[in-house]
Amino acid sequence: MSKINLLQAINNALDIAMTSNEKTLCFGEDVGHFGGVFRATSQLQEKHGKHRCFNTPLTEQGIIGFANGVASQGMTAIAEIQFADYIFPAFDQIVNEAAKFRYRSGNEFNVGSLTIRTPYGGGINGGLYHSQSPEAYFTHTPGLKVVVPRNPEQAKGLLLASIRDDNPVIFFEPKKLYRASTGEVPDHDYEIPLGKGEIVKEGSDISLLAWGAQMEAIEKAAEMAEKDGISCEIIDLRTLLPWDRDLVSASVKKTGRFIINHEAPKTSGFGAEIAAAIQEECFLYLESPIVRVAGLDTPFPLALEKEYMPDHLKTYEAIKASLNY
Amino acid sequence: MSDKRKTDAQIVHCPEFSENSSLNIPTLRILQDDGTLYPNAAMPDIDQTLALKIYDTFLFIRALDERMLASQRQGRISFYMTETGEEAADIGSTAALKDDDMIMAQYREQGALAFRGFEPDEFMNQIFSNEKDYGKGRQMPIHYGSNKLHYMTVSSPLATQLPQATGYAYALKAQDKPNCVICYFGDGAASEGDFHAALNMAGVLKTPSIFFCRNNGYAISTPAHEQFAGDGIAPRGVALGLKTIRVDGNDVLAVLKATQEARKLAVEHHQPVLIEAMTYRLGAHSSSDDPSGYRNKSEEDTWRSKCPVSRFKHWLIHQGWWDEEQELARKETHRTSVVQAMKKGEKVPAPALKELFTDVYDSLPWHLEEQHKALEQHIRKYPDAYKTTSWRFDDE
Repeated sequence: MSKINLLQAINNALDIAMTSNEKTLCFGEDVGHFGGVFRATSQLQEKHGKHRCFNTPLTEQGIIGFANGVASQGMTAIAEIQFADYIFPAFDQIVNEAAKFRYRSGNEFNVGSLTIRTPYGGGINGGLYHSQSPEAYFTHTPGLKVVVPRNPEQAKGLLLASIRDDNPVIFFEPKKLYRASTGEVPDHDYEIPLGKGEIVKEGSDISLLAWGAQMEAIEKAAEMAEKDGISCEIIDLRTLLPWDRDLVSASVKKTGRFIINHEAPKTSGFGAEIAAAIQEECFLYLESPIVRVAGLDTPFPLALEKEYMPDHLKTYEAIKASLNY
Repeated sequence: MSDKRKTDAQIVHCPEFSENSSLNIPTLRILQDDGTLYPNAAMPDIDQTLALKIYDTFLFIRALDERMLASQRQGRISFYMTETGEEAADIGSTAALKDDDMIMAQYREQGALAFRGFEPDEFMNQIFSNEKDYGKGRQMPIHYGSNKLHYMTVSSPLATQLPQATGYAYALKAQDKPNCVICYFGDGAASEGDFHAALNMAGVLKTPSIFFCRNNGYAISTPAHEQFAGDGIAPRGVALGLKTIRVDGNDVLAVLKATQEARKLAVEHHQPVLIEAMTYRLGAHSSSDDPSGYRNKSEEDTWRSKCPVSRFKHWLIHQGWWDEEQELARKETHRTSVVQAMKKGEKVPAPALKELFTDVYDSLPWHLEEQHKALEQHIRKYPDAYKTTSWRFDDE
């Protein structure tokens, strides 16, 4: 065990992936000698060689197109998109190519060995273009897996599982937690299974669900609610596609109340899918409406970021409203 | 020093603008229209066996295209695309490669696939979207693919295969494999962002890629002069650090020569290459459009007289390798094999219902299992409304 931050955990996972499989390549803008703008790929070029960890030109569509080619050849491609806000030039290569590669060819070819890593989310004074949470664009695409870790230990295990999963995975990294989140992380090679959520804390009155950096907000809100005598069950979804509906519905059947928290705008956010599916599963168990505490339906702001965020206070208020419904 | 930009360029003291004429890219032509060679022309590496294999593929593709276009008109298939007029470009270039070099096609390169040995039955299974189609009936006709023949499955979005060709070639290089990737695309696709991304990355990362542009003059109805203002596609290759050559795309010997040289550069020197083949799409873009709405017949006739198939045929006859009798017999053989394969292919049933759900992921996740089960229950309730799949439930 070592006490490390989330960036170090990701760096460690990449190092293990490249060591355990020589056919693994790691590339993107500035990821070579410099180690990436956040230093997630620090020392990987020195350790594994210039041909396995390298800079690419500044072209997101090129990076993902290239990655699709690498993966379709059979090598393992780990592509970095410097900020999730800049993933959109690669949208076609992700949605029309990576996601459909296996299906359209009848599995003559596939890009299952592709993983796209990209930092997402607010909390770093990044304004419109360094703060977005675009996960829902991708959860709407059959063929992709979408994963978001909440802390260093989870990040390492989920990233290793994503890299080794035989499907293209988009791995969203909560950049706000890159250095802020530290914790004990096992030194050895381990994987946390995709498609499985986790009950982080058991409770009986209400279920709270989030992923990534927003786990902090619901945990803090739960602490406040506990002081009012409200017992909260806390769920980390971890994989958004395909998501762990059984785990969530079992929790909601037990508590009868449910709040979903995500940083992305509310309308058509992934919370909408969860809410719809859970009311289908749990209709007769619900004591109050399912509520989404989410980002506003505005572009991500700068000066008013605190106001925008679906923070612990907004979540706490939603918990009380749900209990008093 | 990390800054390796050249700062020793010639300095001038009055403004001088560079333009198209500053870079004069010639066109390689070896074979004259009458089938004789230009004096001193540099011949490709070609013997009688290869020459006849190329020509036989020409004849097969003509038979296939003619028959399938007619079938589309008869309503037997939904869609088709011919490559008439461009056979020398894709077949001549593929003939320069090793069988295990990867082909990443756009969609009008069935000749390359036929050259590799794709059988008439295999063409028909794809065109008729039947259960023997490698793509399991999921894509429109002409979206072929074959792992064993190293022919990447075609996808409709344009130019997406270009950066993929760069990545695939990089992977070959990273594993010291003595192979390259050839990537076909049209003059229209070269306007996509993926074109620039792909060539730029190939130049920087030194990948064994051959980018092969079939400049056939049209993107559906849009003529080349409304597609770009520069001197074609070739100068872009030079600008991005690729070795670049322009060839007469209707001269199969020129195409073969250029691609043989390109392969050497790519495989032995990791030097990516751009080939611009000047040709003409004699047919419509697809069975869904009618060229009389955007070009005149005399233009088509001019190009018809430059037919790549007859030009090569004349050369074969000069060589004493071919005659009219063989020509007639071979054409008849291909016509028959296409018709027989078609009759066979259209009788093969559509894929089973489960193939709607397989291959989205490597295995079925819970939500697809659930949707499959629900759909099957529904179809069992209304079997007549879903006859493509309902008939076989009890056989499975």
